Amino acid sequence: MTFRPEHDLHRRRFSRNLGLGLTLVAFVALVFALTVVKVTRGDPMKGYDHVVDPQLMPTGQAEPAGAGG
Amino acid sequence: MSDIRAYDDVTGTPYDAGFGDYVQLLKPRVMSLVVFTALVGLLVAPVGLHPVEAFAAILFIALGAGGSGALNMWWDADIDAVMTRTKARPVPSGRVQAGEALAVGLALSGISVVMLGLATNLLAAGLLAFTIFFYAVVYSMWLKRSTPQNIVIGGAAGAFPPMIGWVAATGSVSVEAFLMFALIFMWTPPHFWALALFMKEDYHAAGVPMLTVTHGRKATRVHILVYTLLLMPVGIGAALTGIGGPLSLAVAVVLNLWFLVGAVRIWRRDEGQAEADNYATEKSVFRFSILYLFLHFSAFLAEVALKPFGLGGW
Repeated sequence: MTFRPEHDLHRRRFSRNLGLGLTLVAFVALVFALTVVKVTRGDPMKGYDHVVDPQLMPTGQAEPAGAGG
Repeated sequence: MSDIRAYDDVTGTPYDAGFGDYVQLLKPRVMSLVVFTALVGLLVAPVGLHPVEAFAAILFIALGAGGSGALNMWWDADIDAVMTRTKARPVPSGRVQAGEALAVGLALSGISVVMLGLATNLLAAGLLAFTIFFYAVVYSMWLKRSTPQNIVIGGAAGAFPPMIGWVAATGSVSVEAFLMFALIFMWTPPHFWALALFMKEDYHAAGVPMLTVTHGRKATRVHILVYTLLLMPVGIGAALTGIGGPLSLAVAVVLNLWFLVGAVRIWRRDEGQAEADNYATEKSVFRFSILYLFLHFSAFLAEVALKPFGLGGW
């Protein structure tokens, strides 16, 4: 027995399924927008280790390489 | 989300909950107050957020409130079914199963806390988690059915959103955030007790130990007056801080005096007078209390909006 698309269940649950689908699409869009904002406005650090990279700092603010340097 | 109901022809008209029924689980009217106060808390903060981050923060604070509302509906389905005001809610009316309300509540609570933490900061996420826990567990499961002080202490849950909005922007709690919290916290008891006076049969029938049931209606009228007096310095004090200004101070003085007049009128009435005019004074004070909170927070917002023109703030 196949579960045909025109089954009564689909009609009765259309509102629920449509609402959930649109909610999920909106959630994905929001997470994408948040990611763009975080990446473009983020601190000068590498994303994978959250360690400040002196090469990303503005000129003159980078730490000296060593105590004697 | 079981399919059982879809094939249940006992009633002849099988019913599946629509998307709107699940939205109703989130208590949209309460959520609108949460959105408004959290938005004000976020906008009056001295640190600005990117619009996308601000939108996400408000959305997830609102979803957290909605999640705790769903958990409240799951737990309180038995007493909601008894009370006129709440018996049409999705769970007691049978449109949504209790287990579904629990699942929606837990899922939304978890998602909202994690996402608020990722969008803003961990302190804001922690405060949201505590708020959900406070409303669902401390208020709904414990206080509501055990003490007439239920809404006094439980009111804290509804008072946190502006503080969370502030913390989302600044990353810390300050006196302004605390006073916005205190304003809603002190406002909640007279607001709900005015409601309890004219919805008297509801709480009694449900066995909820509302002050009107445990200490009587005269004591409730006294309590409304006392808490309104305690509310006044908080409202005026908030207007004297960094989020206030001459406009909000003027608004606070007028609103608090107006509220006090209403509380005195409630205090001076007895049940005979109230029955005679169908609780007209109690109903008008309840309606005004909603306006009171809306105008208070609107005034804080107006101070921020006027600042670029050199008018807002102290």
